[in-house]
Amino acid sequence: MSVPAELHYTPEHEWVSLDGATASIGITEYAAQQLGDVVYVSLPAVGSAVTAGEPCGEVESVKSVSDLYSPVDGEVTEVNAELEDDPSLVNADPYTGGWMFRVRVPQDGDGQPALPADMLSAAEYEELTKSAG
Amino acid sequence: MTSFAGWQMPLRYASETSEHLAVRRAAGLFDLSHMGEISVAGPGAGAVLDYALVGNLSALRPGRARYTMICAEDGGVLDDLVVYRLDADEFLVIANAANTDVVYEALADRARGHDARVTDATGDYALVAVQGPAAAGILAPLAGGLDLDGMKYYAGESGSVAGRRAWVARTGYTGEDGFEVFCRPEDAVPVWEALAAAGGPAGLVPAGLAARDTLRLEAGMPLYGNELGPDVTPFEAGLGRVVKFDKPGEFVGREALAARAASGPVRRLAGLTIGSRRIARHGYPVLADGSPCGTVTSGAPSPTLGVPIAMAFLDSADSEDRVLTVGIRGEAVPAQLTDLPFYRRRQ
Repeated sequence: MSVPAELHYTPEHEWVSLDGATASIGITEYAAQQLGDVVYVSLPAVGSAVTAGEPCGEVESVKSVSDLYSPVDGEVTEVNAELEDDPSLVNADPYTGGWMFRVRVPQDGDGQPALPADMLSAAEYEELTKSAG
Repeated sequence: MTSFAGWQMPLRYASETSEHLAVRRAAGLFDLSHMGEISVAGPGAGAVLDYALVGNLSALRPGRARYTMICAEDGGVLDDLVVYRLDADEFLVIANAANTDVVYEALADRARGHDARVTDATGDYALVAVQGPAAAGILAPLAGGLDLDGMKYYAGESGSVAGRRAWVARTGYTGEDGFEVFCRPEDAVPVWEALAAAGGPAGLVPAGLAARDTLRLEAGMPLYGNELGPDVTPFEAGLGRVVKFDKPGEFVGREALAARAASGPVRRLAGLTIGSRRIARHGYPVLADGSPCGTVTSGAPSPTLGVPIAMAFLDSADSEDRVLTVGIRGEAVPAQLTDLPFYRRRQ
């Protein structure tokens, strides 16, 4: 199972990729495998504000419906419209084609994009999924 | 993996959608060892089943199978069953895993005073099913002493598979042609491996519970706990034909079922096609012109049709003229009445 080293992770199984002040967000391969085939993704509206740890959408698979949590604070700048026609991208390609939404994150005092302090590294996230079995 | 009625079961091996499509196009291999097997044996076995079940089982010929139900006195369904007549004096009753104890106890109770033995033989049988249009071709080279070509739907024979003793029946829960192989538990792994190896080139894949559920839903087959339960009679589920009022003798539930047959069902099971990608799941409300008119019993994406489908109990018979919607987590999603089954294989 793949856990790309350059990404940031949450215990709710989202990943965050930072490009300047823009965070791209999706769910991990582990999460996609646990859910099974994804059939529908409901995403936050472009322009809406999201809050770290708060639900902002839904991921629906054959067997379940799960809340999608925003891993960061900020404003939604873009959503992956391709998931509307092909939600199976979340299973097939969770870290690239299956990305879900992008958020402009606020900057901290040093002008760096501010991510929540409790985000996990790839190694920490991998540990978490192993202990979850 | 998931816990299911006390068994550890694979929900999926890889992708439930590809497993489903493999069964429709080629074949799937299922481990159904969780199903309950209850043996009813002895000269009075047929009479026991005629009294205990709603069907006419004494009329079943050896080597044939019947879909039937066991009901309570009030007509509520305790379980739906497949019954095989293994020979003149022995029947094998297949119960849902979660209901095995209830069915065993009811059969043992209803057998009192008859010359028949009721035994819970679940531990004596493993069950491996090979289902799909390629099933017969995959099984045939491994089968010993079995006339698969001549075997009718809902018939079975004793023989061997991959050199292991087995009862093989042309039955299933997928809406496809296929076979169920009942063998000894210690033979299950070699039988499974032989079928997997023989079927691989034909496109057979192992298939889990998730695919089994979407396959049976497309085929319009009820699932106990969803479409069937103690508060449902066979008539509500659209399966009143399994109740054989003209069989000889009394049977448990006759009076209540006769009354229900005469009055007509107060609700009926209907098929729905959902007008979005969202799934109308078990328990979601169905509305007619905005007013509650029923409840979804099962819902899933249909890999064959490419749209979500559902079964639902609807209150009245006149839903045809009204605009139906399903309340999916606060959103009213359009739904279209659809004849059951959603999918019927080409003969």
